Parts: sequence; structure tokens; C-alpha cells
Amino acid sequence: MKTIMTGNQAVAEAVKLSRTEVIAAYPITPQTVIVEKLAEMVDSGELDAEFIRVESEHSALASVYGSAVAGKRSFTATSSHGLLYMYEMVWWVANARVPLVMAVVTRTIGPPWNIHTDHTDILTMRDSGWIISMAENVQEAFDLTLQGFKISEELNLPFTAGMDAFQLSHTSEVVEILDQETADSFLPERRQCYVFGEENTTIGSLAPNECTAKLRKDTFETMLKADKTIDKVSKEYEEITGRNCGLIEEYRIDDAEYAVVMMGAWSGDAKDAIDELRKEGIPIGLLKLRYIRPIPQKRIEKVLEGREILVLDRDCSMGLGGIIGTELKSFMDDITNVIAGIGGVDVGVNELTKLFRKFSEDKLKDEVIFLEVI
Amino acid sequence: MKTIVMPGNPSCQGCPHAIGLKALGLALEDFVLVIPAGCSTIIAGIHPKATLNVPVLHVPFASAPAVAAGISAAFKRENKKKNVVIWMGDGGADIGFATISGSAVRNDDIIVIVSDNEAYMNTGIQASGTTFWKAKTTTSPAGKREDRKDLAAIMLMHRVPYVATASVGYMNDFIKKLEKVKSIKGFRFIHLHSPCPPGWRFDSSKTVEIARMAVKCGAWILWEFDGKFNLSPASKPYKDKNKRKDLKDYLKMQGRFKGLSENEILEIEKAIDKQWKYIECFENI
Repeated sequence: MKTIMTGNQAVAEAVKLSRTEVIAAYPITPQTVIVEKLAEMVDSGELDAEFIRVESEHSALASVYGSAVAGKRSFTATSSHGLLYMYEMVWWVANARVPLVMAVVTRTIGPPWNIHTDHTDILTMRDSGWIISMAENVQEAFDLTLQGFKISEELNLPFTAGMDAFQLSHTSEVVEILDQETADSFLPERRQCYVFGEENTTIGSLAPNECTAKLRKDTFETMLKADKTIDKVSKEYEEITGRNCGLIEEYRIDDAEYAVVMMGAWSGDAKDAIDELRKEGIPIGLLKLRYIRPIPQKRIEKVLEGREILVLDRDCSMGLGGIIGTELKSFMDDITNVIAGIGGVDVGVNELTKLFRKFSEDKLKDEVIFLEVI
Repeated sequence: MKTIVMPGNPSCQGCPHAIGLKALGLALEDFVLVIPAGCSTIIAGIHPKATLNVPVLHVPFASAPAVAAGISAAFKRENKKKNVVIWMGDGGADIGFATISGSAVRNDDIIVIVSDNEAYMNTGIQASGTTFWKAKTTTSPAGKREDRKDLAAIMLMHRVPYVATASVGYMNDFIKKLEKVKSIKGFRFIHLHSPCPPGWRFDSSKTVEIARMAVKCGAWILWEFDGKFNLSPASKPYKDKNKRKDLKDYLKMQGRFKGLSENEILEIEKAIDKQWKYIECFENI
């Protein structure tokens, strides 16, 4: 069914269709609408679930950790400072190998207070063991959330469905929503390798150092092969919906001499900018990262091989560069990395067209662009 | 009734937590334990061994009531009648205070037990919000100057179905309270007084004696609210100040009060009297 809704509403809809049984959340702009919507659904009986109205984000993730570890499909959502406030639980959930889904509506970290998008918040999760996805549009926010439960439950790793503040969370777009029957056929009943409370088991106790190391090794190896699970699940989803939500998306890149790498909502503007430049005969294309963990190194290398590469970051590792740029530089050479749009500074089709043109003229160096593209 | 604390557990000699945990096994039938960081993290044993004969979930320091709320929600979905019990220290109650308060406000269907040894003992005796007046800890080497917070009274003000204080020196009273709470629905809170031999500097054979002395000198007051506020039988006589044992006798049993001046002891006495005034008010609610 095609309908019009915002990213926040679409995520709530996906959570409902996933037959999520426990939701715990604390409001933070711009994620609030997701949990308001879910609270309404639970109150009206539209969604048969428990809604735990927690007093903080730390408790939001702690509560869904409790319900997930006790065997129930669980969901929370947060943003920026909320994500940082729950940071301890972010690691705990991943290290405990508990499947659950959290939406992260990316928002700038203060000060100064700022509710607009950049990607630094979600990338603080990078090393923790969460599967981290990032939507380009409202449809992807919906699709990734629904697939997130399946991927998370197959890998026993928590899943983040990321989307940009306001550009997706509060922007209405046409979305195709699955009916419940189709969603049920895609997403089976929740599975989990252990359920707390059923036997006399102790979970999370002190353990010898070697035990911790072994567990981390296992998570590391699971993440290394998570691409196969994502391939499988996204293919199943594609068969049902016709929409592919795989690890990467290639846009006009087959014959491109110049390749741009980025993630999130502004990838849509980048596609428009690429179309403009293509009209001028500039051979440029886009490699969109739909996932930052797992990071499909070999696939990225293969797509980018022989091309000039520009990685565009809406995030920053202070004194080093863009976080995604730095990542790609760790396994590829000759990458130009530009940081822009920090703090939600508007970078639209015009700015991206200018930037990409400069890139195609080989005039671009690594730089941080704060306010405007020269 | 079952033995939940297994022999050979690594608690210190005379550990009040080991005594208190035993009471859970004696009073509660079907329950799971949620344990945030603290001494009990150690007491529960090192993988692959475990010393507590019930399902135990270890959780981050400030998170226990929120995690327990999630478990309780999951159990509710399946109509499981298991009690979700948190066993935490005064450290967990300090750092996780907002979490306890939030859980109480939601009236989550959980039992919270704060086994209060009046300092952060697992990290090596640092002062907490409930550290006794003038007590020496490693972060209050000259004796604690601040007042101590009355955690149970604060929880009482959350208007939850059940709040009580208890003591490892009065096991029958603690067990009776646990037996009562197991069939109450909603948020239940027990503040358990737990004298700590290494933390309070007393001989490990004296845990129960000191716990009883704390009640007898009026420093720790046993009460219960189950819809009505009642002073528990063991504390009733000490409402009359004249019947209380000499505070000095309680203080001199413990190294943490070494070198207190007469003036300081008087200040403690006044603080205890004030504590009783609140109790009298609660009795009249």
C-alpha cells in the first residue's frame, strides 16, 4: 500500500508490522514522534505490546535489553545526546549479543544546542558491535527497520536503523507499506540463542580474561560475515517488495571516472547533482553506503577500483578527518576526503554540484567545509 | 524454600550480603535476580562457576530497575508469575537513583532490595549517600561531614505499594517482609541494613551483633508500609529514647568511628533523634 508519511511515522509503522512486543523510549527531538506514535498504537490496541515509559535514554536501552534478553522482540529509538547518555548500554547490549532494533535519528551533538543533522552521533557506535545502517529516504527508513529485526535475530547482534534529523524524520514522502500478512511471511517469530529466566543460568557474570577475548573474537568474526546475512535478508525482502536494501547502492558508477562515497539523506541530493554533471558530460557516479557496520571492504574496493574517489563525510574525527573517509583510507589509497554539512549546515544539490565539479576538475583537496562550497 | 547461596562463594567472612541473599531463597519461590555492579557481582562467582542457585542477570551499575522493568514486561507477555528481584548496594542506589525513581513512578512489577553497607565497598570503602554520619571512609578520611539520605523514606514518597526497611540482624523480620511482598503486585522496595566487617572495621564474627546494635541504639529503624505505615516489632521499644542502648557502644564497636569527639557523638545523636521524628510523622499518616 502506498501512502504518505514522515520518516518517524514510517519507522513506527515498521515496528508495528514487526510485531514488536516491548518498546521503551524517552523523548528527544527529532526522534520523539516515533515513540509518540508507538505509544498511541499501544494505547489504542493497534499494537499488542508493552510500552515502558522510562525516565532516561540509559533506561530506555536498559529496559529493552531486559525484555530482549528475556526473549521478546524489542525496540527503542534515540538521537544525539540521548544516544550518548545510553552509551554504556550500547556496548553492553552488543557485548551480550542480544538482538534488538534501535532507530537513531542523527542529530548534531552540542554545544551549541543544535537539533539538525550530522552523522557524528551514530558513528560513535561504530566500534561497539552494532549493525549500523543509514537510510537515504523515508522508504529506506521503513525497509531497514523491518529488515533490521531479521538481520539482528539471525546474527545475535543489535541493529541500528539510522536516518537524518528532519530531512527524513520530519519530511513526508510517498512510502510503500507492507500489509501485515506480507510482513509476517518475511519476518518469522523471534529467535534467540538464549532466554533469560528459563533455566538457572547466570548471564553477564565475571569471567576469565580469555573468555572475554573469545567472545569479542566471536563478535568480530560474526561482523566480518554479517554481509552474507544482510545479502540474504535484503534479497528475500527484494523478492517480496522489489526494493533492494543491500549493503551498498551504486548510482551511475559503471562508467564513472569520478566516484563519490557517502551515506544518508544527502545521497539523494548527490544523485541529482550527479545527474546535472552527467548532462555536462562529466563521468561521475555515486557509491552510497547503506551500512557502515559491517563495512563491505572488498565490495567497496571493487566498485571504486580505477576511479578517482571522493568520500564526503557529514561527521568528523577531530584533527584527523571525516570518519568514513578515514575508514576507507584504512584499506584504500588515493582518497580525497571532504567534511561538510556539520551541524546541519545546508548542503543541497547546488552545493554538491559545485563540489563534485571541482572534484572532477581535480581541484579538490582534503578539507573541511563549514559554511559554503567555494 | 531453597538454598540459593552455594557454599564456597567468594564473599568476605561475615559478609552481610551472603546472609541477606539466603533470606531470598527462604522466602521467595519462583524468582530471578538482577544484579548491578557491586560486591554481589563478585559474590555471584566467576564463569564457568556460579554461586547463586537462581537465574542471575548481571547488568550495568545504574541500570538495574530499568532492565528489571524490561524483564517484567517480557514475563507479563507470557503470563509468567516469576518475581523479578533486584539485589543492589547503596552504590547502585546512588548512581541509579533516577532509575529507581523512574521505576517506582511507573509502578513496575519488581522487587528492589538495596543491601546497604553504607559505603561503596566493592571499590574499597568510599562514602555514599547513605554513609553513616561522621564515618571514616577512603573518601571521607576525616569522617563524613554531610548528612545521610533516608532512601526508604524517599521511596515511600513515591506512593508505591510496598516500602520497608530490614536488617541482616533480624532475619525473621526480613523473611516475613519478603513473604509479604512476593504476592503484592507493583513496585516493592526493601532497604536492608548490612554491616560490612572490612568496610566498618569490625571483626567478621560480629556482623549480626552490630546489625542488632544499630537497631537497639535507634540508628537503624525497622518499619514497613504496605498501605499503612507500621513500626516493626523489633524497633518498637526504641521509639522511647530512654530504652535505646548507648549510641557510644554502637560506635566504639567499629573502627570507622575511631577518634570521634564527644561533640561529634552528640551531633550523631541529634541526627538519630531527628530521624525518629520523621518516623513519628509517618506513623500518623
